[in-house]
Amino acid sequence: MNLSKAQEVIIAGFGGQGVMFAGKLIASAGMLDEKEVSWLPSYGPEMRGGTANCHVIVSDELVGSPIIVNPTTLIVLNRPSLDKFENTVLPGGILMVDTSLVDRKVSRTDIKVVEISATQLALDMGERKLGNMVILGKWIRETGLVSMETVQKALKKAVPAGKEKLIELNIKALEIGYNYN
Amino acid sequence: MSEKLLMKGNEAISEAAIQAGCRYFFGYPITPQNEIPAYMSKRMPKVNGLYLQAESEVSAINMVYGAAGAGARVMTSSSSPGISLKQEGISYIAGSELPCVIVNIVRGGPGLGGIQPAQSDYFQSVKGGGHGDYKLVVLVPSSVQEAVDMTIEAFDIADMYRMPVMILGDGLLGQMMEPVVFKSYEPRQILEKTWGTTGTEGKRKPNIINSLYIDPKDLEDKNIERFERYKYIEKNEVQVEVVDCEDVDIVLIAYGTMARVVKSAMKIAREQGYKVGVIRPLTVWPFPTEAICKVARTAKAFLTIEMSMGQMVEDVKLAVNGQKPVYFYGRTGGMVPTPNDIVEEIKKISGGEKL
Repeated sequence: MNLSKAQEVIIAGFGGQGVMFAGKLIASAGMLDEKEVSWLPSYGPEMRGGTANCHVIVSDELVGSPIIVNPTTLIVLNRPSLDKFENTVLPGGILMVDTSLVDRKVSRTDIKVVEISATQLALDMGERKLGNMVILGKWIRETGLVSMETVQKALKKAVPAGKEKLIELNIKALEIGYNYN
Repeated sequence: MSEKLLMKGNEAISEAAIQAGCRYFFGYPITPQNEIPAYMSKRMPKVNGLYLQAESEVSAINMVYGAAGAGARVMTSSSSPGISLKQEGISYIAGSELPCVIVNIVRGGPGLGGIQPAQSDYFQSVKGGGHGDYKLVVLVPSSVQEAVDMTIEAFDIADMYRMPVMILGDGLLGQMMEPVVFKSYEPRQILEKTWGTTGTEGKRKPNIINSLYIDPKDLEDKNIERFERYKYIEKNEVQVEVVDCEDVDIVLIAYGTMARVVKSAMKIAREQGYKVGVIRPLTVWPFPTEAICKVARTAKAFLTIEMSMGQMVEDVKLAVNGQKPVYFYGRTGGMVPTPNDIVEEIKKISGGEKL
């Protein structure tokens, strides 16, 4: 259990933005890479439109507590999530912000801030629900913790039969984020 | 099936039950265990099993009573308030010497409480939540994989001793996803269920499933006989993990998901020079009294950590039996201690000194 090696990611946003799914993809990709992983959703009175988040740990060692206190990466897809979690990010960690939905700047200066208008980019490709994949693509590029290839493999496993069309769209959104500068 | 899958604890428990041969599930919805009935409702019809959402928890547990009486492998699941409702039925099932598996994905209490994870149903689970002289074997998994393995074993234990077995988890375990593998397993030797009420076809005397004994002598004999079995279980079914407890000052004791947090705390404390070890019961009845008692000879103090106001700590005190001080730290109502909270407690007990 080497805590320093563990990657602890919190993804937060509104219910319906796909934060749970994005987290699940990171966990599945980690698993495919033979890492130890855990995925923990918030399961309070959250619902579509309410706030939702998930905690994902990818580690070389067995995962201890599945609850993340200080994430190495925080990905926020709305303003309430930034307000709630900004101060928890581990110094030196990464904070990724969907600037299309967050209307303020990050105030922390001891972390790396990555801004991307993920939801707008998804809208531009005609799929307003894929902002989660756009920002995930950017995260893959920023951290290199899992490969694009593995995430796509995980994606193929996660999409149920009969909905293969969605795989292509999701991959497209991932690539838009991955290639965004 | 040996592929590694990413599954929620609740779903994994359900699949494990099916792989253990459970073909009857009776339940009633309650957060945070809803994925169990949801999974069962989809999966049971595909294996010629029966899923039924009863009109209440009381009804569900009595359906379990009926199916168990017919010798079927049967399960129900719920969360704290729902498990309270089931207690009458559990007592009847125990009194009638019937096997079944009951899953409790615990949430904060008392009353309706909250929906976040808790361990405050420990007393109810191990000290007899219903009336009368009886016990449940209570298994406390701390990972999704362990939940799978324990659920499968629970059916064997239940059948072997003809008694209800409880899987005691919490909202964290039920909701989290982790990789799991459904390994092939070696089933225990189970006697044929000749006692089941399956119809005599006119070929044998009717079997009777009953928990009513009007003659006090009969009832006493029945209870004594049951407690002889419990004695055997206490000798043979204890499961415990002892982590680095040789030559330590403080032994941390926790079960279930709390034990994971405690292991993270142990790691941090050791890095800071505190000599701590961990004892993790995998069964809370039977309780690993002997393992704790043995470590008490060399350790300087014990710290029990629970998501409750302090319940298992009483069993720890009984096991330590006054040899060494036993401290308690807990959060309740759905609050989960962090590793650092626990490290602070370790420091407090050490009086700031590294013992």
